[in-house]
Amino acid sequence: MTAQSIQRVTGRAVPLGGDDIDTDRIIPARFLLCTTFAGLGEHAFEDDRKDPGHPFSDPRHAGAKILVTGRNFGCGSSREHAPQALKRWGIAAVIGESFAEIFLDNATSCGIACVCLPRELIEKLIGDVRQDPRAELAVDLAARTVEHRRRNYPLAMVESVRRRLRDGTWDVLAVLAEARDRADALAARLPYLAFRRAGIPR
Amino acid sequence: MGTNLLAKVWDLHRVRDLPSGETQLFIGLHLIHEVTSPQAFEELRERGLKVRRPERTFAVADHVVPTDGVRRPLADPLAEEMLTAIQDNTAACRIAFFGPGCGSQGVIHVVAPELGLTQPGMTIACGDSHTSTHGALGAVAFGIGTSQVRDVLATQCLAARRPKVRRIVLTGERGPWVAAKDVILHIIRTLGVKGGVGFAYELAGPVVDGMEIEERLTLCNMGIEGGARVTYCNPDEKTFAFLDGRPYAPGGDDFPAAVAWWRTMASDRDATFDDEVAIDVGGLGPMVTWGITPGQAIGIDEIVPLPSSFREPERRQAEEAQAFMGVTPGKPLAGAKVNVVFIGSCTNGRMSDLRLAARVARCGTVAPGVRALVVPGSERVAAQAEAEGLADVFRKAGFEWRLPGCSMCLAMNPDRLQAGELCVATSNRNFKGRQGHPQGRTVLASPAMAAAAALAGRIVDVRGMARADA
Repeated sequence: MTAQSIQRVTGRAVPLGGDDIDTDRIIPARFLLCTTFAGLGEHAFEDDRKDPGHPFSDPRHAGAKILVTGRNFGCGSSREHAPQALKRWGIAAVIGESFAEIFLDNATSCGIACVCLPRELIEKLIGDVRQDPRAELAVDLAARTVEHRRRNYPLAMVESVRRRLRDGTWDVLAVLAEARDRADALAARLPYLAFRRAGIPR
Repeated sequence: MGTNLLAKVWDLHRVRDLPSGETQLFIGLHLIHEVTSPQAFEELRERGLKVRRPERTFAVADHVVPTDGVRRPLADPLAEEMLTAIQDNTAACRIAFFGPGCGSQGVIHVVAPELGLTQPGMTIACGDSHTSTHGALGAVAFGIGTSQVRDVLATQCLAARRPKVRRIVLTGERGPWVAAKDVILHIIRTLGVKGGVGFAYELAGPVVDGMEIEERLTLCNMGIEGGARVTYCNPDEKTFAFLDGRPYAPGGDDFPAAVAWWRTMASDRDATFDDEVAIDVGGLGPMVTWGITPGQAIGIDEIVPLPSSFREPERRQAEEAQAFMGVTPGKPLAGAKVNVVFIGSCTNGRMSDLRLAARVARCGTVAPGVRALVVPGSERVAAQAEAEGLADVFRKAGFEWRLPGCSMCLAMNPDRLQAGELCVATSNRNFKGRQGHPQGRTVLASPAMAAAAALAGRIVDVRGMARADA
């Protein structure tokens, strides 16, 4: 199974100011009572959206594909439900100052491109998008730029993430499966897999 | 130049370098639970794939299980569906499953160390951010998402970025009633909630050497709250003694052989690190959080900081947090009225935690109007606490003695806060809405501090309850 190559994401943006936005806020735990990710999109930021000023409730940002946010986005719980909810809401790329690591992995597994800009640019972008929600942005992984109003800003991102998105190996299972024999050979060398157990509990 | 533990474990488990630049890393132990695994099993079925090494995956149900009695079907049909899914998935794939009532069920990060599944030198992954806990025994352990759970089930491997290593040397003499929880909250407030992004934290120095394994489990558990996906302590004699005789630990002649190998799986004396910091815990008192991130913490005898004492963006965050929590900058947190107390979780749901809380609980009764829950971390912990008489101490003092589970740490079961309630919790996150109500408020603290708050009905300094020292 080969995933789709992701080179460039274009679309309108939704500006979400603030830092350390945790995955409990992206998708509260009660929505994790499920055995499928389908249907999570409508619950993205469910509790925060009770504030009518929340950008995810603002009709001017409906249909946005690019989330612009602050520092350490996605910290906390490892729930992949968070990027899965964002993806199902319509998000295909997140521009942030920085990302929590497990969230970055999970977003990549979902094919969401997480890219970084310096804080002053994030703040400028959030201000601009609030003023003009209809303007399109582009996140270009090949050129390593964020494009907005005919200006190009150099983006930073984890290089292995960029490669996996562009190679179409963000769903990495098939790649891992190729090395089955080598994994078996390694397992045979691990001392601890050969230890006999003290005893199995009833 | 010597090698650090992370490098040793990483190199031992490196299957190959991937074209992306990541490492294909072999995972020695895979732990799963009912919340982040069903979609992974579903994907295996859709792709016609099998579990590659079912004997290296172990499952529990912990997040959604009720703690006031597990009657099937569960009252919540969604929780029932999840419990059924993990039973069926593990049975179909021949994966060991520790379900409610089996005698070993509990929170995954309590169960795996106590069964001896967690061992030095291993790579351990689990679809849960608090997997860092297992680093306390010298494993490299980290949380993963559901797609990665799928990857491990199908290949026993992950695509992983190798972290840098920051050695944190903890020095100083811990004061009375200063617990591992207080030490890790102090580390997080010092280095920040994102200070560990890109790093594994190696916790070392005399304070760590002097800690028992259960205290180290508490330390490593919350490393992720400081941004460090991997947190570990080097294994030592205490580690080996802890593992001796546990059911899944090496037994017979293999135990001394394992110890000999484990001794090699520690950072060398002359090991190098990408960063080193020293943190003194000498003057530290019991800690409490005043905000909505675990880094927003103070000693119980300190004042809630003025927003003006921070630079942006921390200033804005402090204002938001203080408004949400209803705390007054410039005043101490002590004296704030408490509605709920939660003692338990993968952070503080072990025997040593319950013993400390019980020492305090013996000094009185739960204040009128306070709902106080004690949720043991596992069925083994529960049985031991019953045998030692701790369960009776809690019951007599007016605490609710519950069944094991994640419970009010994240409120996926019926244990939830109501609007506006303030909860002193021994768990790991004080995020907005974390404990089940968007307006629920959480103060993180140690088990002794939580028990003291239950008796007083207010946030208090446990050191002032002199009788608890007896």
